[in-house]
Amino acid sequence: MATLTAPQWMAPYQALIKGQINRSQMQAILRQVLWPVMGIAVFLLMWQLAASHIDTSLGKFPGPAAVWEQMGNLVDEHQQARQREAAFHERQEKYIAMRLAQDPDWVPVHRDYTGAPTFFDQIGTSLITVMSGFLLASVIAIPLGIVIGLSSTVHAAMNPLIQLFKPVSPLAWLPLVTMVVSALYTSSDPMVAKSFLNSMFTVTLCCLWPTLLNTAVGVTSVSQDLLNVSRVLRLSALAHVRKIVLPSALPMMFTGLRLSLGIAWMVLIAAEMLAQNPGLGKFVWDEFQNGSSQSLSRIMVAVVVIGLIGFLLDRLMLMLQRALVWDKTSAQR
Amino acid sequence: MRAIKQGLGRLMAALLMSTLSLPVLADGTVGWPEKADLKFGFIKLTDMAPLAIAYEKGYFEDEGLFVTLEAQANWKVLLDRVIDGELDGAHMLAGQPLGATIGYGTKAHIITAFSMDLNGNGITVSNDVWQAMKAHVPMKDGKPVHPIKADALKPVVEQYRKDGKPFKMGMVFPVSTHNYELRYWLAAGGLNPGYYAPDKGDTSGQRQADVLLSVTPPPQMPATLEAGTIYGYCVGEPWNQQAVFKGIGVPVVTDYGIWKNNPEKVFGVSKTWADQYPNTHIHVVKALIRAAKWLDENNNANRPEAVKILSRPNYVGADYDVIANSMTGTFEYEKGDTRPVPDFNVFFRYHATYPFYSDAIWYLTQMRRWGQISEHKPDSWYMDVAKSVYRPDIYEKAARALIAEGKMSAGDFPDFDNEDGFKPPQTGFIDDITYDGHQPNAYLAKFPIGLK
Repeated sequence: MATLTAPQWMAPYQALIKGQINRSQMQAILRQVLWPVMGIAVFLLMWQLAASHIDTSLGKFPGPAAVWEQMGNLVDEHQQARQREAAFHERQEKYIAMRLAQDPDWVPVHRDYTGAPTFFDQIGTSLITVMSGFLLASVIAIPLGIVIGLSSTVHAAMNPLIQLFKPVSPLAWLPLVTMVVSALYTSSDPMVAKSFLNSMFTVTLCCLWPTLLNTAVGVTSVSQDLLNVSRVLRLSALAHVRKIVLPSALPMMFTGLRLSLGIAWMVLIAAEMLAQNPGLGKFVWDEFQNGSSQSLSRIMVAVVVIGLIGFLLDRLMLMLQRALVWDKTSAQR
Repeated sequence: MRAIKQGLGRLMAALLMSTLSLPVLADGTVGWPEKADLKFGFIKLTDMAPLAIAYEKGYFEDEGLFVTLEAQANWKVLLDRVIDGELDGAHMLAGQPLGATIGYGTKAHIITAFSMDLNGNGITVSNDVWQAMKAHVPMKDGKPVHPIKADALKPVVEQYRKDGKPFKMGMVFPVSTHNYELRYWLAAGGLNPGYYAPDKGDTSGQRQADVLLSVTPPPQMPATLEAGTIYGYCVGEPWNQQAVFKGIGVPVVTDYGIWKNNPEKVFGVSKTWADQYPNTHIHVVKALIRAAKWLDENNNANRPEAVKILSRPNYVGADYDVIANSMTGTFEYEKGDTRPVPDFNVFFRYHATYPFYSDAIWYLTQMRRWGQISEHKPDSWYMDVAKSVYRPDIYEKAARALIAEGKMSAGDFPDFDNEDGFKPPQTGFIDDITYDGHQPNAYLAKFPIGLK
């Protein structure tokens, strides 16, 4: 398991503080801090330059400054919405008291705030949806991948199906998923919203494949020596999978999971946009429809946030991989 | 045996319903709402204002209703979601409840007890078309004389057709007010907008057409015009003013110019919903009536505040200035040519919220005129459909409750005891044809272009 001593990457900085820095540590600092910062600075500069030359029918294309300003506005709007929510709950309590006084048999219901979701609420919704879809996909893909990897017969049987469904775009699945969900999920008091299920299943269908394929490949490529060991020790089927197959296949499996999570995030935004399901995709689409002079900057905020979240999700998987895999060299970047 | 059981069950249910749901109590107040959590859909147009105001001003909460308002992608999605119960009700095109009930498009019994507004639409053409049209528009003091008639567009369309380019325009939905207004305007100028023939499987509405009309969702109109897919469109606000601001097109006529004080959107719910939740329905109408009154109060004094609310991203979301242009009683045609149109948006004046049968029948006549109703129908049929869709009885209960509570006065409403639901024969059309709701077939006979 992961050790929690001071990470290696901190060494150059400790040396810098102590004033005992050597040449290779200096280079490490340059590589880790200076060049990325330079890269971002050049990008921002070029963005600003390019933006001031693009005239759209909604005004100039937003530069970094305009986007930063909208970020502030979105935070303000979120705080205002929270204040309105508090006021809403206060009014609701009054209503309940008033009605109970007139209608004592009535069973009061405490409701959630009925206002529109803010940008940050939409981020939350998207994250929950993508994680649910991704987990469901993993729960299906990992065991199936192991079975396919272990048995060439199952592999032969499944391969054409996998090849057929793998390249299908989320946009093609979406109408089918929507219709099937509304046909099968008919409860008068639903636990979760239909729109959530639609987005989630679309994500699952699209992000299943990399995990499935990589797990299968990882399982097939377990080294012959280890297989021989397993045979000599006469391990049971379950113990064979647990002790031999899983540890060797983990690096490939994680490669698959990381690809899947990346796809899941991209698919989700597209699905939310198309199906008008709550989430960041809906935020982008609504802003596009609004067509106000701030819309483009607000969409750009969403673009940056979507990218940032995608990046963080990937880092999260990498950390998980580092913690779980014995071969640490497989989890470098 | 089973049949008897079912019959008994139904009888019991009916008895229960009749005892439980006496909507209006003896003292004129309405019973508690049966369903308090409601979700209403709307399209991003300024005429959704009564819903936003009823929410923001707490009128829904005053009625014990906890409403969520949700923007919908387009009119078809909105209607389908009302039909399948995902939405409790919605901001609808006046033609939608009528079209759905007679089975044009998706078949479902939709009713309305509240008209949301009068007027509020415009027809915009692209800059190129406007330049070509301008030569044929009558001028006074260097400015075009409004309302501009489609006579000025006719030579342009002919030129386009000579060059082998079909002249295409956008409207928002086959049974939309905009479709009928655009058709009315074109036909009044001698241009045939094309016929529908659902009995022959042709729902394109382009048979014998001089101008090809197609559907585009309102918020996408400016982008579609800019892309050159269409040369003009008929849509509600703020999407005409948006074209002016973006400099991509010029509004040539408002629907006020086509038909003075024409009925526009309605608040539609499914018949099943209304039967299941009669009290709730009355409460909703009460809140909406108050919102409409607020919007028109003191000679539009509240409009700037309303515009501020509408410009929030979760409602219409366009810039304040764009929405304010039409909502505060002016309309900008060519850039800089701003003219007063005090009645561009009417929410309450002239009994705008009352669901008149004659309004329903006008839409039905236009559906027949353009072939969406594929055969001739007797006058009585028009009356029957209007009565099954437009429900002034529910409106009246809501209005009387508001009067009893002292929130409104009897003078705010039509005289319910003597109101038959028909406006007197109406003039004020761009082609000077008079409309009398009692005689739909005689009305249809007056049009040179159109089915009888």
